[in-house]
Amino acid sequence: MSVTLRVDTRASLSLVGSVLKYLAVPLCIPLVVALYYGETVVPFLATMALTVAVGIALERLDPDPDLRAREGFLMVALTWLSVALVGAVPYLIEAHGLPPIAAATHPESTLANPANALFEAMSGFTTTGATVLGDISFESHTRSIMLWRQLTQWLGGMGIVVLAVAILPELSVGGAQLMDAEAPGPGIEKLTPRIAETARALWGAYLGITLLEIILLYSLSVTGIDPAMTLYNAVAHGLTTMPTGGFSPESRSIEAFSAAAQWIIIPFMIAAGTNFALFWHVLSGEPKRLVRDAEFKFYLGVLGTFTALLAAVLFTGGFAATAPAGGTYDAAYLESLSTAIAGQAEPAIRHALFQAAAIVTTTGYASLDFNAWGPAAKGILLFGIFVGGSAGSTGGAVKIVRWYVILKAVRRELFTTAHPEAVRPIRLGGNPIDERALRGIYAFTFLYLAIFVLAAVLFFLDAQRVGLSVSVLEVVSTSATAIGNVGPAFGQFGPMGGYLSLSEPSKLLFVFLMWTGRLEIFPVLVLLMPEYWQR
Amino acid sequence: MRVVIVGAGQVGSSIAADLAGTHEVTVIDCDPERVEELNYSLDVLGVTGDGTSVSTLEEAGIEDVDMVIASTDNDETNIVVCSTVKAISEAFTIARVKNTEYLRTWERSKRAFGVDFMVCTNLLAAESIVRMIGLPAARDVDPFAGGQVQMAEFEVDADSPVADQSVAEADRFDSLTFVAILRNGCVEIVRGDTVIKPQDRVVVIGSPGSVQEFARSVAPEESPGTAEEVVIVGGSEIGYHVARLLEDRDFQPRLVERDGDRARDLAERLPKTVVMESDATDIEFLEREHIGDADVVVSTLDSDEKNLLVSLLAERMGVERTIAIIDTAEYVDLFETVGVDVGVSPRGVVAEEISRFTQEGDAENVALIESDKAEVLEIEVDAESILAGRPIQESAGDLPDGVVIGAITREREFITPRGDTVVEIGDHVVVFADIDVVDEVTARL
Repeated sequence: MSVTLRVDTRASLSLVGSVLKYLAVPLCIPLVVALYYGETVVPFLATMALTVAVGIALERLDPDPDLRAREGFLMVALTWLSVALVGAVPYLIEAHGLPPIAAATHPESTLANPANALFEAMSGFTTTGATVLGDISFESHTRSIMLWRQLTQWLGGMGIVVLAVAILPELSVGGAQLMDAEAPGPGIEKLTPRIAETARALWGAYLGITLLEIILLYSLSVTGIDPAMTLYNAVAHGLTTMPTGGFSPESRSIEAFSAAAQWIIIPFMIAAGTNFALFWHVLSGEPKRLVRDAEFKFYLGVLGTFTALLAAVLFTGGFAATAPAGGTYDAAYLESLSTAIAGQAEPAIRHALFQAAAIVTTTGYASLDFNAWGPAAKGILLFGIFVGGSAGSTGGAVKIVRWYVILKAVRRELFTTAHPEAVRPIRLGGNPIDERALRGIYAFTFLYLAIFVLAAVLFFLDAQRVGLSVSVLEVVSTSATAIGNVGPAFGQFGPMGGYLSLSEPSKLLFVFLMWTGRLEIFPVLVLLMPEYWQR
Repeated sequence: MRVVIVGAGQVGSSIAADLAGTHEVTVIDCDPERVEELNYSLDVLGVTGDGTSVSTLEEAGIEDVDMVIASTDNDETNIVVCSTVKAISEAFTIARVKNTEYLRTWERSKRAFGVDFMVCTNLLAAESIVRMIGLPAARDVDPFAGGQVQMAEFEVDADSPVADQSVAEADRFDSLTFVAILRNGCVEIVRGDTVIKPQDRVVVIGSPGSVQEFARSVAPEESPGTAEEVVIVGGSEIGYHVARLLEDRDFQPRLVERDGDRARDLAERLPKTVVMESDATDIEFLEREHIGDADVVVSTLDSDEKNLLVSLLAERMGVERTIAIIDTAEYVDLFETVGVDVGVSPRGVVAEEISRFTQEGDAENVALIESDKAEVLEIEVDAESILAGRPIQESAGDLPDGVVIGAITREREFITPRGDTVVEIGDHVVVFADIDVVDEVTARL
């Protein structure tokens, strides 16, 4: 029995090829860094050759691809999967070398395992920031590889497909739909009549703000305020703040830097969780749009609430009672944290705001090991994992706008219980939302939570199978943090720990979660429906 | 004046009837039967043809026409008529539209579409309803001098405190002038000793505040300002505009519309209104939503009969005041007798608005009392006016009987006219005049 496919897979693959081909361009950056530090360029040159070759081969499948809605989903989903695969190649070459041409530079690297390399690459491109590196230091990895790791997040932040739409003329017609499938939040806002210009405007704002952050961070070391913030570190963190990524070449994340650096990073994390279309409006002379935007106001309100709660808990000494044996922190660290923060206004507010922003926007940086917090502060932070950034930002998770709309819809349900005949459209900043869009928001949020629960159960079972000792909080938080593209969870998977201890099946499960979470579930899940392929 | 009216529908014929007595009226319509009928029923010239074509307009003698009123049922046709007229003649053009978007465009650039004056039927009707909601006891309210002055018509019930009082007793308000009493369909100019009887309608002119205070003394239990609970039945365009205007005035009205899609559309456009999807004649629904507790029910359904039914139901459930849209002007009196508190005829409102442009002289704003028994005019005083530079008691001798000066505004300040008040050039004077002397008055002032 033959099944006729109703999806033009060749067209989708051909466009995936176009994107892959251009992946060689960003690979030049770590190549240059490698030359500067006198490191091997083989991982990057080989990957460039591979991606161009595969890209051109795929492009050959259909010289004139005709993109429709179904092909669009396939193209976006496959693009993300294939860039992650290609992104893993430099890690593998670093660990294994490229016999007979080059020898391995760091054969001890944890990324020698292909599952680990794929996990790290997917975590990078999806801006999750969960790591399986184990030992994060320049001892075990070259500076160029570490920069590539940072760069994957920057590329994934604003979206590879958005970038492709901005550059590739053949994507101009179906571009809006492609961006819709990739961009966070329900629906995209066309800023200009031409979608390519919109994509360019978004990437322009993204690039500009990233550069601004790098300059500000680097100025800290130039002025001697924070010598640890070298040019390399300034660039590395600039590349992972705006995409709400969270990778850091420092094993202690942002804790390695001064309070000044943390204060500089906070506003950029908040900006990263803001709808980029708003920046575009502000720059094109409509600053009032920022204060009028209902989602932005709600977003600041949510951030403020989380910060106030956390600051109050930390100020009153809400830290863990004792350091657990074999945990990510010891008694001395706990002692130093609680003396530095409890009863001290500035550190309490700074760490509360930093951590609230890092988790709510799904950046996933850490200004301290929040495992050492007490249950109250940890519990509040756990719920922050589900919030997410604004629509049209680089943030992940459910997104502020969906929660806002759902809250309003619940209020409407209460009202219509008392007044059954009342007709009340849900409004977002004065504009009524279509009931169909509302159903989409319900469905998304339900699916999101359902997948989160299912993944947590699978993870429990797998941990039991391989005998990995995990707590309920660890499992729940890792599952939530993976689908939300946040990064750090609690316990051994916390900001100073990592995911190295996971079994291979669990790692692949998390790769799938990060992938679906970044594309907001539907573009990936729709591929699993038989109706998608046949009718 | 020679007037051409394009479109002999309800509004067109009504305006033609209003103007036929005093002006030379030509009516253009593409329906020969309707033209034929008008030729016999009114003293007008009927022309059959398309009002947008130059040849038809020429047949109606467009070269010598002073004013063209485009009043067909189609907004676009009316606008094209005006543009065409402007292209070939100097006539003053008036267009009637339903779509408020056109009105907004025209208000931006008063030369838009070649229209000199644009009236929006639905908006005008809605505005007059909203004014009455602000003044519960009023039958009719018209603003003058940019809202500084109001003319209001109140019906006096038997249990009203002012019933059987003389005007001198009832007039306890500084900036209010009693101008007339309508009794048994006749207009009487009041004097201090005139006694107000039950069922009389009192016409007053004054500052909005004093009109409100007077409304309170006419009907204390319906005191204005508490009319917060407004229910609009029927999501027609008029219903929509009433809700929108009430929203602007910080009311939170409820609107009942039967059609689901229309209800949704209205709910989207009216953020502060509670829109309900239901049949307003469903008594269980009305009781569940406590419609009987409402202060005002406005019915803006598309048929007069339904509006009557809804008003009577509402009255029965205990609603204080009912206002109904009545398309057929002849039914207004009948419906008000049966139980509707105020009937508003959109046609009448439009005719009233258009008739102000048929006034000669400096009249800027006109309200008709009892259809056409008297007029209230707003006049800017110039050097030639007999009022200029003289106290009112002096110039009053030169004015015919049946004229009362109701209010004066000077540089947007309200002045109560008294015998010794000296009128200055540039003042706006609001004058009540019996219909018999209107032409004489407008010429002299």
